[in-house]
Amino acid sequence: MALATVHVTQRAGTRVVTWTVASVGLLVVAFLAGAMIGPAGPQWWRVPLELVDRLPFVSIHSGVTPEQWNIVWQIRMPRVVLAALVGSMLSLAGASYQGVFRNPLVDPYLLGVAAGAGLGATIAFTTNRVETSTWIINPVPLAAFIGALVAVIVTYVVGTAFGASRSSTTLVLAGVAVTSLATAIQTFILQRNNDVVRQVYSWILGRLSSASWGDVRLIAPYLAISTVVLLLHRRVIDVMRVGDDEATALGVNVRLVRLVVVLAATLGTAAAVAVSGLIGFVGIIVPHAVRLLVGSSYRVVLPVSAVLGAAFLISADIPGRVLTNPAETPIGVVTAFFGAPFFLLLLRTKQVAR
Amino acid sequence: MTSIRFSNVAVRYGETLAVDAFDECLDAGEWLCLIGPNGAGKSSVLRAAASLAKYQGQITIDDKEVMRQSARWRARQIAFVPQSPLLPGDMIVADYVMLGRNPFIKPFATESGHDHDVVAQVLERLDLSSFAHRHLDTLSGGERQRLVIARALAQEAPVLLLDEPTSALDIGHQQHALELVDSLRRERNLCIISAMHDLTLAGLYADRLVLMHQGYRVSQGSAKHVLRPETLAEFYGVSARVHHEPDGTVVVIPQRASSN
Repeated sequence: MALATVHVTQRAGTRVVTWTVASVGLLVVAFLAGAMIGPAGPQWWRVPLELVDRLPFVSIHSGVTPEQWNIVWQIRMPRVVLAALVGSMLSLAGASYQGVFRNPLVDPYLLGVAAGAGLGATIAFTTNRVETSTWIINPVPLAAFIGALVAVIVTYVVGTAFGASRSSTTLVLAGVAVTSLATAIQTFILQRNNDVVRQVYSWILGRLSSASWGDVRLIAPYLAISTVVLLLHRRVIDVMRVGDDEATALGVNVRLVRLVVVLAATLGTAAAVAVSGLIGFVGIIVPHAVRLLVGSSYRVVLPVSAVLGAAFLISADIPGRVLTNPAETPIGVVTAFFGAPFFLLLLRTKQVAR
Repeated sequence: MTSIRFSNVAVRYGETLAVDAFDECLDAGEWLCLIGPNGAGKSSVLRAAASLAKYQGQITIDDKEVMRQSARWRARQIAFVPQSPLLPGDMIVADYVMLGRNPFIKPFATESGHDHDVVAQVLERLDLSSFAHRHLDTLSGGERQRLVIARALAQEAPVLLLDEPTSALDIGHQQHALELVDSLRRERNLCIISAMHDLTLAGLYADRLVLMHQGYRVSQGSAKHVLRPETLAEFYGVSARVHHEPDGTVVVIPQRASSN
């Protein structure tokens, strides 16, 4: 009898297992599609053949020329990998923020990451117009990364200094204030430097078009640290669903967990934003879609969001490069354009099903 | 034997003094009930004991100052059942009770077989086994109260704090809940501190009553000693008769002010 009851508490829902497997499957499909589809390069069906051919001990004649393979490997692949990393990070960070603030409307840009990165990038665009091209490191991602971190640190210091209470509302409000301030400074700088408005605007809308393996290498370490830290906290974030007081009474150091999770999510988001610009919507839509599919336990929501977020952003990047070729549609526009109706559809079907 | 001791405890919210000069000592198996009008400081005493409110003075469990210990240590010693717990509607019963095992699970680990055993036993004991996979928003008021007590039991803590455990329940469920707490106290030799509004029920179940008023203890002892018409009139501003049953039960009966 004891065995039977243990089984009762341990049984993982079949729905959870199904969707976890399905999300990994979707990621694989999206990855292959991303590698196969593009305006130039080999015929799409030859790409998987070539990939198989590259495996050790396998030899297939795929008919892909080295030049064509260059397009796949040097142009498409870094873009697909970068989309996967950024999509995964934004979704995971969004879900984590929603968990520690117990607010489903929160996104990873909440505490000023976006505005700080935007300001940093604007400063880089305006101060280094000529010299930039000769620099070893592109200063824009660096400035955006620093801007994002500074904004969130200011938010945190101000928010916790005045918010002696345990509530997280002060922190969120401080984030709103810092965002407004950074945006105001950015607007002021842009008004006096009309020539960079277009560049800054296109950066803000988000882009993966200039992705290179260098970008991937640049952000991978930060994203890896952030992802590991956030996934390690998934059970504790679940305990925090019962509120700060009760979580404290259950032995959670709520302030410490919130600080660590916010810092890790911010670090990852700042790194992602630095190379991709501000890709909106992903950090809210993906975790919510995941919740509708697998329920709201963060132990499942966090890892599945990371996987599905990667699949989502790879997929969202495909129409952008094919449809309006050669002028590319900014990915931020695509994520909202396809994401919003899909999300509404999901909400509707789920409500009917219940 | 676990005991919890309060020495000269004071709780302040800014300038407001919520509790002052609170002394008390409880041994395992004892049930102390805090009574008093709204704002008397009952909840503040419980929140201080759970280290959810800052306090001056000492609160010790087995001579260890609770404020100085880690949150995990405290959660293994003290289980707290709040007046209106936050229940995530789409969480399932088994997972909710498992939250009580948090202080025993290493921060980045997952629950062990033993944790699952404890949860299964608690669910069985509180007749919640058949609910294990129900969502919390499908439970009735009485089931919710049992559920939150189940989570507290899963903590296996020797001290149980109950803030208004029966305020949301009808008279039948009030009795069931308190009978349950009482039998658990005997089974597990728990040390229980509860805050309650219903004076008759408080007197019926607690070993000792402490009457609080504006942050101070004004009377304490058995129901017979504390629940007196003149005391109630003075501190609650209520006009009530107190009836003593032959079996020792003290019944508080409110009177209409206009009645004769």
